[in-house]
Amino acid sequence: MSDLLLSLKGLTKAYPGVVANDNVSFDIAKGEVHALLGENGAGKSTLVKMIYGLVKPDSGEMRLNGEVFTPAEPRAARASGVAMVFQHFSLFNALNVAENIALGMENPPKQNALAARISEVSEAYGLPLDPFRTVGDLSAGERQRVEIIRCLLQDPKLLIMDEPTSVLTPQEVEILFETLRKLKAEGTSILYISHKLEEIKALCDHATILRLGKNVGTCTPAESTAAEMAEMMVGSSLQTPERSGREFGNVVLELTDLSVSAPGEFGTTLQDITMSVQAGQVLGIGGVAGNGQDELLGALSGELPSSPGTIKLDGRPIGDFGPNERRALGLLTAPEERLGHAAAPDMSLTENAMLTGAIREGLANKGFLNWGKAADFARKIIEEFDVRTPGPENAARSLSGGNLQKFVIGREVLQRPEVLVVNQPTWGVDASAAASIRQALLDLAAGGAAVIVISQDLDELMEISDHFAALNEGHLSEALPAADLTVEQIGLMMGGAHGMEVSHVG
Amino acid sequence: MFKLEKRPQPSKMWTLLTPPLAVLATMIFGGLLFGLLGNPPVEAIRTIFWDPLFGEFAFYYRPQLLVKGGPLILIAIGLSLGFRAGIWNIGAEGQYIMGAIFGAGAGLAFYPMEAFYIFPIMVIAGAIGGMLWAGIPAFLKVKFGTNEILVSLMLVYVAEQLLASMSLGLLKNPDGFGFPGSRNLQQYASAHNAELITGTGMHWGVVAAFIAVIFSYILLNRHMLGFSIRLTGEAPRAAKFSGVSPARLILFCLGTSGALAGLAGMFEVAGPAGQISIDFNTGYGFTAIIVAFLGRLHPVGILLAGLLMALTYIGGEIAQSNLGLPAAAIQLFQGMLLFFLLAVDLLTNFRIRLASSRRKGVA
Repeated sequence: MSDLLLSLKGLTKAYPGVVANDNVSFDIAKGEVHALLGENGAGKSTLVKMIYGLVKPDSGEMRLNGEVFTPAEPRAARASGVAMVFQHFSLFNALNVAENIALGMENPPKQNALAARISEVSEAYGLPLDPFRTVGDLSAGERQRVEIIRCLLQDPKLLIMDEPTSVLTPQEVEILFETLRKLKAEGTSILYISHKLEEIKALCDHATILRLGKNVGTCTPAESTAAEMAEMMVGSSLQTPERSGREFGNVVLELTDLSVSAPGEFGTTLQDITMSVQAGQVLGIGGVAGNGQDELLGALSGELPSSPGTIKLDGRPIGDFGPNERRALGLLTAPEERLGHAAAPDMSLTENAMLTGAIREGLANKGFLNWGKAADFARKIIEEFDVRTPGPENAARSLSGGNLQKFVIGREVLQRPEVLVVNQPTWGVDASAAASIRQALLDLAAGGAAVIVISQDLDELMEISDHFAALNEGHLSEALPAADLTVEQIGLMMGGAHGMEVSHVG
Repeated sequence: MFKLEKRPQPSKMWTLLTPPLAVLATMIFGGLLFGLLGNPPVEAIRTIFWDPLFGEFAFYYRPQLLVKGGPLILIAIGLSLGFRAGIWNIGAEGQYIMGAIFGAGAGLAFYPMEAFYIFPIMVIAGAIGGMLWAGIPAFLKVKFGTNEILVSLMLVYVAEQLLASMSLGLLKNPDGFGFPGSRNLQQYASAHNAELITGTGMHWGVVAAFIAVIFSYILLNRHMLGFSIRLTGEAPRAAKFSGVSPARLILFCLGTSGALAGLAGMFEVAGPAGQISIDFNTGYGFTAIIVAFLGRLHPVGILLAGLLMALTYIGGEIAQSNLGLPAAAIQLFQGMLLFFLLAVDLLTNFRIRLASSRRKGVA
């Protein structure tokens, strides 16, 4: 078994109230691309954190090259040849690429020598990157390249990648895959974490599937269908949302040359956004994270005011209206961040129902609050959206991410919006909850409301959108009928391969 | 070993239990402290907590409870509104002084005329004085993003200078033989905030404090504005999303807390204190911060905490004179109360678990 690189046996890790990993075993061979597949909360992250020395297993054994492997900290794991690219980057915006890479090294060489090595490695693996550019100016894809090159400089035996494509355009994904294939050809093993089945089919040799912390099976992705893998991942077959053919009505919401300056230093400035949605239409807005999604939602919710004429609801200029005035007119929104933005974590669900429902549901009379009515409204949301909680008196933070998301979406949907804008409606939500949220959005549109879905999940957008547009550095592309779009077109709308004209894998 | 574990939601039971537990712990450790200072611990604690209420001279001390508790409660209620929203007015002492200067000034402007409307005018002037003084940090915060903690605190010292200048200049008693200080309002019937029921210590300021408790309760629990205040404190982004205007909230919270502190100062100068003098302010504005937190920023809690704090003030004075306890020991004792409150408060959001020692399986 000399070609075995890493072998995991019976790894178990429990947190209070939840077993994150229960007796997980699998092997990774040298030069293999191994997929770790599972839904959100299946225990993928905990497992790789154990391999990377961030978390200690409660029991079980890891062997690297046949020897017992117990990394006490990431430094020890790196010394043994394990490198990891995280989903969330740990980079300093104000420093340049070389400085950022030097910060993560034990004995960084001189800046110029390091820059030369960075250029060398980036050339060799087809990851163009200028070592002297400031990280704050880089796109998400380029930032990921910084992280990857940082790992490659250590000459790793095992490269762990946690959901690497969630921040990439389709073109950038293709470039990344070329790099990974090259690494594999050189004998580097890759542990690839994802829930995107098509990617895994295209890239991985073997897949281990986790569900609720348990290893529920392995497969060879090239020989399995996506549906089979999905079923193993979820445990049951999923219903795909139904959409009925429907007629679009009048234009309800119209944006004309909307520009909003960035609220923070590294925020995105919205530039000349022009779009319109009709009643009954679902407009999907894609784009890589950090290209103005939060700002667009803020501009529509009324948190970021603009000049009156740039936003029109039923022909009425509302750009300078606050959130409550917009709600009164039927423009409702649901932000991406559930805890702290869409809902107050320590407040009860009743209070959180009051948070946006006061006006349209008549929960307040001349400023005096009707808590009985608010509790009824909260109960109605819980019931109709299948929110798993003992009752409306429970704090929002006591709910799981998926349940809270159902509550947040339900709260807006049940207020009969004329226009509903949601940002990342199914982020971090398990597959069945995601399906029911998408269905609710489609039903809302079928009922004659205009729905705008901002999301980074292209599969989701393709599933529910009638028209598709993409945000790219604060600009919004023209909206095109979603059914006619190819993946290449979508990728180009999202900005193509950020920061590179052509890609050559040397 | 012990381990702290975050509760899924705050414990209702511990929210209620925390203050009595903190008081108990303060009694125990305060007793120890007094013992180490060479005083009989039980007697010292009894002197502080029992004698003012049921001791031999209780008839004298009991009214003091309301006299001292009234301004503490009135100020703390105002502060609690801002504290709930994460707006930190630390300068209530200065607003208290300004309320007294405005109130006394308005009253003395009519001297020696007697009329029923003089006292109401003084009340309004006192509230305006405090509100204007708190309006400075509010305006600067809204306009330029300055830190209201620093600005409101620094304005306390400005107010103290103004107080001294008033005592020596503009408001100085012309018949006072050159002594600093204004005319005594207790000797000016129309401006005197007299005891309403003899021997109870109840004056208009205490009435105002009770009204403030009721209004604040209704505001926080039944009104949109109170909901916005709580929401802003819990989750500022969610509050903005919900439609709360941060600037308006800052102006309201600082303005209201300033007005209430100003009222407290006005009632004090027209009643128990009697005159504007250099050493008119005795730290009510700062002690009210402790009262607000001891009362869990809850109106009813603040009512009880204000009375308790007044009790330690009076009892502390008795202990100083009867047992010879140093004043610093009493202050330490009051500080202990806040310390234990914050310590026990941990249990509201966390539970203590005995971490099992059966962790041999760890690799």
